[in-house]
Amino acid sequence: MSRTALGMPTIRPVHGHGNLHADVDFPTAAKEEMANIQMRANIRHATHTIRGKRARVVEELPDWQELRTAGSALKEQVMANLPELLEQFEKNFTARGGTVHWARDAAEANRIITELIEATGTTDVIKVKSMATAEIDLERHLAEHGITATETDLAELIVQLGHDRSSHILVPAIHKNRHEIRDIFLSEMPETDDSLTSEPRDLAEAARAHLREKFLSTSVAVSGANFGVTETGTLTVVESEGNGRMCLTLPDTLITVMGIEKLVPTFQDLEVYLQLLPRSSTGERMNPYTSMWTGVTPGDGPQDVHVVLLDNGRSAVLADPAGRSALHCIRCSACLNVCPVYEQAGGHAYGSTYPGPIGAILSPQMTGITAAENSSLPYASSLCGACYDVCPVKINIPEILVHLRDEDVRTRHGERPPTEQRPTEEASPGLAGRLFRRLPRVPSEMDVMMKGASTVMSSGRRMALAEKALPLGRALAGRDRAISWLPGMAGGWTDERDIPAPPRESFRNWWADHAAETEDRVRQDGGSRHVPAPDRADHTDEEDSP
Amino acid sequence: MRIALFATCIVDALYPRVALATVRILERLGHEVVFPSGQGCCSQMHVNSGYLDDALPVVRNHVRAFTAADYDVAVAPSGSCVASLGHQQPMVARAGGDEDLARMAESVAGNTYELSQLLVDVLGVTDAAGQLGSWFPHTVTYHPSCHGMRLLRLDDRQKDLVRSVGGLDYVELPDADECCGFGGTFSFKNSDVSAAMAEEKIENIVSTGAELCTGGDASCLLHLGGAMSRRGTEAATVHFAEILASTQQNPLEISGPVELSIPSPSSRRPCPPARPSTPSTPAPTTAPTADRGVL
Ligand code: SF4
Repeated sequence: MSRTALGMPTIRPVHGHGNLHADVDFPTAAKEEMANIQMRANIRHATHTIRGKRARVVEELPDWQELRTAGSALKEQVMANLPELLEQFEKNFTARGGTVHWARDAAEANRIITELIEATGTTDVIKVKSMATAEIDLERHLAEHGITATETDLAELIVQLGHDRSSHILVPAIHKNRHEIRDIFLSEMPETDDSLTSEPRDLAEAARAHLREKFLSTSVAVSGANFGVTETGTLTVVESEGNGRMCLTLPDTLITVMGIEKLVPTFQDLEVYLQLLPRSSTGERMNPYTSMWTGVTPGDGPQDVHVVLLDNGRSAVLADPAGRSALHCIRCSACLNVCPVYEQAGGHAYGSTYPGPIGAILSPQMTGITAAENSSLPYASSLCGACYDVCPVKINIPEILVHLRDEDVRTRHGERPPTEQRPTEEASPGLAGRLFRRLPRVPSEMDVMMKGASTVMSSGRRMALAEKALPLGRALAGRDRAISWLPGMAGGWTDERDIPAPPRESFRNWWADHAAETEDRVRQDGGSRHVPAPDRADHTDEEDSP
Repeated sequence: MRIALFATCIVDALYPRVALATVRILERLGHEVVFPSGQGCCSQMHVNSGYLDDALPVVRNHVRAFTAADYDVAVAPSGSCVASLGHQQPMVARAGGDEDLARMAESVAGNTYELSQLLVDVLGVTDAAGQLGSWFPHTVTYHPSCHGMRLLRLDDRQKDLVRSVGGLDYVELPDADECCGFGGTFSFKNSDVSAAMAEEKIENIVSTGAELCTGGDASCLLHLGGAMSRRGTEAATVHFAEILASTQQNPLEISGPVELSIPSPSSRRPCPPARPSTPSTPAPTTAPTADRGVL
């Protein structure tokens, strides 16, 4: 990987900070979350509904796979040329009257945004729903500086009023049902009373009344962006409610935080993503509001327009060729909605702003696999592959999960730096380097098991010998008959499952004595059958992605 | 045709009856089955757990065993392991810097079929009752394991074969394409989530009223069957190879204690002797019971 230098003052790839860490390891957090039966029921209902809607609108597009391929190829192109594209974007955005700011990490972004708001003299801002601002924990930072940020997206507002955390990329309050939402509104919105029902229409109306005053009286808005068009310097926000449009057009000052990976080269490229995104996220053919702005238009809309280009770990993701495609993500959340692990554990269990399958790869890549409890995230998957099947930009999430597990094993679960940071002979020839490379490695229980299994399973003869011990397992009374070198059978296996008595003999050992008994077998089954073989068909295609 | 059986580690050690069922089906069609004795495992457990270095010798062994043997095509009764040959082995070899091994792995994988692929695509079997004499008079539902479905794109091959078995009453499984929660080491690293996923799958299985849930991956069936047994669920799991192998003359028994061993010739029907599955489960002393081959 040679192209890691970006068009910003970055010396080497930086890791991200902010709301990107799991503070509790995933299995523990998931266990806690799963005790909340109401939350699980809400999430199950919501994800199954969106899943069905998505499947229906995707099915009706005959060129869906081609669109996915195009979406993926365009992003690959962006990642390969990111420094140049960022510079072009900066040039075009500036030429149209906007101001570009560069932020290496969350702290820099927060400082820049706070200073911009303070310069206007206001202490109140309205916010468009944005993952980037959640990632850098902007709201808390602003509050510390006496600035109140009001969320205007309905679901974000519910989360904000409920002093809660988002649990889904698209539907932050997916873990709440409408009765719980009514309770939050009643206690947090002074203008509501007991006459408020839990009908979605009523709840939306209550939020609308609550926000209208804000829209008309607030002079600064903060937003994220779904896409930044390099050739024109145009920013884009895609949404459903129209509240975003109000924030983007009514105030005098507009500050947008955009991850550096959100660029597309040309205006025409939006054609691909504006088809992929709504169908994948809300299951709609087209989203109701797509807002685009290019710098400042005199006399129309905000006259003071800023964009903060945020790295916060993205350059570190870019530096890893095997994991880089995680940056292709357009935050549609389709992978969350089909994920059986997300469905059970919910979004909070992932710790980070980014939950679900994409969070399981993106968070540990942005922070580094050794940060906090993020090394537990790549294991939060059965590798069923449902996420890869639906991802509109074809991110091979299972493959990246396996890559990150390997990275975790290599760094020995956080105790050694990852491969690329380990000093090599050339880079650090001195004693310190040598010592570092030879740090004694105390193998974990899992390491030992895997090593043992590798030895057994890499020889038919050793397998045959190991299998001779099977009758021993039969003699073990009780439930704990796990055979440690077989896939999955260790640790907590028998907490939840019975294991039958192993067979007296493995197939291999049985076959050694019975291979020649074909005629007996066929006769016992009722005689032979002969089927004329057809022309040999091609092997089912295993190579291609879905 | 000379067909090499890749039994897969879990079938070899725990489900020899599934390997035997595969052999019986193919022999019945007049093919010769060979068992390359050097075979071990596909390496999937190591790869999926992140132990790529430890996976390398396992890959090398598989490639050696199936390159040395003389056969026309290879078959395995597991979608997951066949997928691993094509999707993971070349990657492991390349990660280990062995391009030659990667190419050989690709060529072995290119000639290894999952059982339903072999039967349908190569041998032209689409009617199990008519072409294999398969007979299994039970109510059965079917769980398509993830890797067969999403990596091999088996589509309905396994299900259609099962549906064409004589006497079999097929019922559709709701939310069939959701993962059962096995996932190799996932099942104990994240055992609570895994168990919750199994729970949901089991609820769906029970809702169909089927006696048995079949599928094409012994590991998923072991996980589901074990969780069902722990919960005292009446339904059980069985590999589809055993259903296809079952005939009127030699039917697969599904009542009685679980027995994974290959029956010895003396215990063959029509009058199998009773045998306890474990010392803690005494055999019924009255009527003799057949060992059941399902978990
Ligand atoms: S990884 Fe793919 S499916 Fe998941 S949110 Fe991103 S774009 Fe959507």
